[in-house]
Amino acid sequence: MQVSKMKRVYVNEQWCLGCHLCEYNCAFANSGKPDMAVALKGKIIYPRIRVEQDGQITYAVNCRHCTDPICVKSCIAGAISKDADGVVRIDQEKCVGCMTCVLVCPYGAVAPNENGVMQKCELCLQNSCGEPACVKGCPNRAIVYEERG
Amino acid sequence: MGVNDMISTFEVVRNEQRCIQCRVCETQCANLVHYYHPDTGLMMSDESKCVNCQRCVALCPTRALKIMKNRCRMRENANWSQDTILEIYKQADSGAVLLSSMGNPNPLPVYWDRILINASQVTNPPIDPLREPMETRVYLGRKPEQISRKEDGSLDTKLAPQLQLSLPVMFSAMSYGSISYNAHASLARAATELGIYYNTGEGGLHQDFYRYGAHTIIQVASGRFGVHKDYLEAGAAVEIKMGQGAKPGIGGHLPGTKIVGDVSRTRMIPEGTDAISPAPHHDIYSIEDLRQLVYSLKEATEYKKPIIVKVAAVHNIAAIASGIARSGADIIAIDGFRGGTGAAPTRIRDNVGIPIELALAAVDTRLREEGIRNRVSLVVGGSIRSASDVVKAIALGADACYVATAAVLALGCHLCRTCQTGKCNWGIATQRPDLVKRLNPDVGSERLVNLMNAWKHEIKELLGGMGINSIEALRGNRLMLRGVGMTEKELEILGIAHAGE
Amino acid sequence: MKPEGQVRIPSGCAISAMISKNGERMSGEKIIESMKPMHDRSNGLGGGFAAYGIYPEHKDYYALHIFFDSRAARMECETFMNEKLDIAKSERIPTRIIAEITDEPLIWRYFVLPRRFALQNSQLDEREYILRLVMTINTKLDGCFVFSSGKNMGSFKAVGFPEDVGRFYRLEEYEGYCWTAHGRYPTNTPGWWGGAHPFTLLDYSIVHNGEISSYDANRRFIEMFGYKCTLQTDTEVITYIMDYLLRRQGLTLEEAAHVVAAPFWSTISRKDEAAKEQLTYLRTVFPSLLITGPFSIVLGFNGGLMALNDRLKLRSMVVGHKEDLVFIASEEAAIRVMEPDAEDIYAPVGGEPVIVRVKEGAF
Repeated sequence: MQVSKMKRVYVNEQWCLGCHLCEYNCAFANSGKPDMAVALKGKIIYPRIRVEQDGQITYAVNCRHCTDPICVKSCIAGAISKDADGVVRIDQEKCVGCMTCVLVCPYGAVAPNENGVMQKCELCLQNSCGEPACVKGCPNRAIVYEERG
Repeated sequence: MGVNDMISTFEVVRNEQRCIQCRVCETQCANLVHYYHPDTGLMMSDESKCVNCQRCVALCPTRALKIMKNRCRMRENANWSQDTILEIYKQADSGAVLLSSMGNPNPLPVYWDRILINASQVTNPPIDPLREPMETRVYLGRKPEQISRKEDGSLDTKLAPQLQLSLPVMFSAMSYGSISYNAHASLARAATELGIYYNTGEGGLHQDFYRYGAHTIIQVASGRFGVHKDYLEAGAAVEIKMGQGAKPGIGGHLPGTKIVGDVSRTRMIPEGTDAISPAPHHDIYSIEDLRQLVYSLKEATEYKKPIIVKVAAVHNIAAIASGIARSGADIIAIDGFRGGTGAAPTRIRDNVGIPIELALAAVDTRLREEGIRNRVSLVVGGSIRSASDVVKAIALGADACYVATAAVLALGCHLCRTCQTGKCNWGIATQRPDLVKRLNPDVGSERLVNLMNAWKHEIKELLGGMGINSIEALRGNRLMLRGVGMTEKELEILGIAHAGE
Repeated sequence: MKPEGQVRIPSGCAISAMISKNGERMSGEKIIESMKPMHDRSNGLGGGFAAYGIYPEHKDYYALHIFFDSRAARMECETFMNEKLDIAKSERIPTRIIAEITDEPLIWRYFVLPRRFALQNSQLDEREYILRLVMTINTKLDGCFVFSSGKNMGSFKAVGFPEDVGRFYRLEEYEGYCWTAHGRYPTNTPGWWGGAHPFTLLDYSIVHNGEISSYDANRRFIEMFGYKCTLQTDTEVITYIMDYLLRRQGLTLEEAAHVVAAPFWSTISRKDEAAKEQLTYLRTVFPSLLITGPFSIVLGFNGGLMALNDRLKLRSMVVGHKEDLVFIASEEAAIRVMEPDAEDIYAPVGGEPVIVRVKEGAF
């Protein structure tokens, strides 16, 4: 499946404040709970976007939805697919937790959830948020959801 | 710990049921109020450092935070308020002049709120701005006393330089140094998109912003920071800053800690030195000297740019304005006593100057009495808070308004009034790179454009209600205003009738 | 209640005008009749007429029409005028006693010229001299009001319905090449003779229907140039604006129309470069003379008239023709009364002046 034109989540490092709100918004959006405090209070969170930080430089990273995703090729269970809309998705029912995708992803965008099943950013298209929660909640518009050439 | 430190002005109220220890409050507080206590797993706070900027409140994803006025109060005393007492403690500690920021917060009369606007009923139709053209364009600058014609009989259309504004509002002076690079970028981009102007303030113009020159008013103040030939030629107009509403009669002081990197280069002074603007221009000790500076700047800019003279509203403002109008200036900007500042001595900010409404009315009346109102345009600032303030100012006689506090509010400012600390958590009044980056100019300029467009819509609605379809027909149209709850004297100075008359 | 002049009184109105391009003189009969079908546009609190070409035997003299409250006021005024003016003739303006018009003041007319030395000493031109004198009488002398001051023209006005005012002044006995008429519908005044229209200044006369919303902006601007708006009426301020633009600034009628009923910026942007430049200039230089709100006006002057609507055309005004005659009125019915066979009847576009000039030498 070759879909290069699609809206993706991009991060402008210049405006990333390292506030980590994207991580919490992501965890909440994918929690299925109606209230963030209820969803995340006292929990370790497993967000699908991570803020990388080194001194003053901070940068949020999530799935690039590669045109030719190496994770899809590497999955031994056939659990990862690139769909017609360009979104790379993981079928968590099929995932066997071998972590091959984690190893091959050049962006470090795939990681296990609290149960050891792989998860990654699927752009909040299927959850209650309906649009990327990290983008919506970014206080400095450092994370954007747009189509780029 | 001295007596002063025992009383925190604010109280940080954290709802433990809601707090998820995401620590965003901690990362966002430049005052280091919040911290995480690993042993208990709880967020703690040192509220004595809190300035109530609301950054943590705004960013807390679970709305777990509130900043309250500290319930721990000193014994009530109508004469000695707690704020007054704390100021005494502060001065007893430091032996220093008190500093404050932003506009005068004291409960002095806001005349805008005592003026009401007219609307058409029966004898004259209101106009619907959604269906009919409604014009907000104005030109600022000297108008000729007599038209002249070319040989072929057509009008000689050569005019003194004019500023064209799509609506009668401009962003007033805030220097690069007092506010951040990104704040300036936001103002410059918004002014360009809106077809209005922003003002460099006295700190020079950053090289990156020369491209917005067509929408920039460049300022020449008593410190002459950053003034050179290219700078003078870069803007659409040149403003001589004689005074500022928040601190009439004194100069400015930007501490050396803010004179870093590009600020130092733009101001053309060494890094780390304090930028001190003298109280007077040392080449202007009287009105005839002002005339010389006006014409020096006109010569330097080849008479292509209007010269603005900005003064603080003080007691004899009408006479001063008359003098300025005769000095060759094209535009007079008057800044009222509620105007903002990045730092001013508290006593001056809170006690010197007069309200802009009265100053404006007095000046407009005086210039008309002298028959010279047409020689200059009048721009007023000093706490113009809304579209209705703009409409009232125009009806009193202003050509346009300057806004700065409203603009920084649009950029995120929460009026905590501690700009002087340089630790602005909203990335506006700071030079700390980690804080400056909190203001993304994409967001900032968009919000400024939104604000001004919203005001423009409201101005049109108000004009339409009055049966007026151009802002020009509102200028000086004091019959459209009525006062409520004012004394005869106040009404007389404002030149308006009382409601019901 | 404050009397008119100390308070601003909004009013609606009816207007009517007729002019002969050949300069043929017509009696006042038709213009009086034209106001009858528009009776309901007035409320009996003011009516008036202006007539051009009515004093050919004194055409070189300024004809001052003056209301006096009392004989004492007249004596005082005449003493004042005698110092400044040579008075060629003075007389009561003939009126007819009718039941509909009551409480008339003393109504006099004077044919005058400035005293030569007084004029020289004033360093003013003749017209400015007369204008200032009129302003002085109207603002400084109690109980005196000059309501007409042009050469070979005059205005006649009173509290009452216009058709009655016409009969009162025996206008059918006058002959003029141009007539304008006005019926007034003020909203909250007992009516004052001086407040009726037309309002005149030298040979400019204005009849006006509407209530302008720019009034105070216009007033405060024009008062910088020596005019005093003593009546607080739209008509007064519009007259002063026209005098300022036409006489003092030397604008053409079209240019003056483009100041007071300026085309919208969006309209200007569609014009060719030369027009754009001129129109932008006029709007930039005279923004405070833009008149907004509803108005239809007829400006009369020696040798012609100009009719103009506000730029949104918020008031009715129609124009009709018959041979060399041009008719203008708030309603077509009025034109049909003056000339049942009027042709080319149309409603001019808002802001576009209708200018009619009498053939050179025919007035």
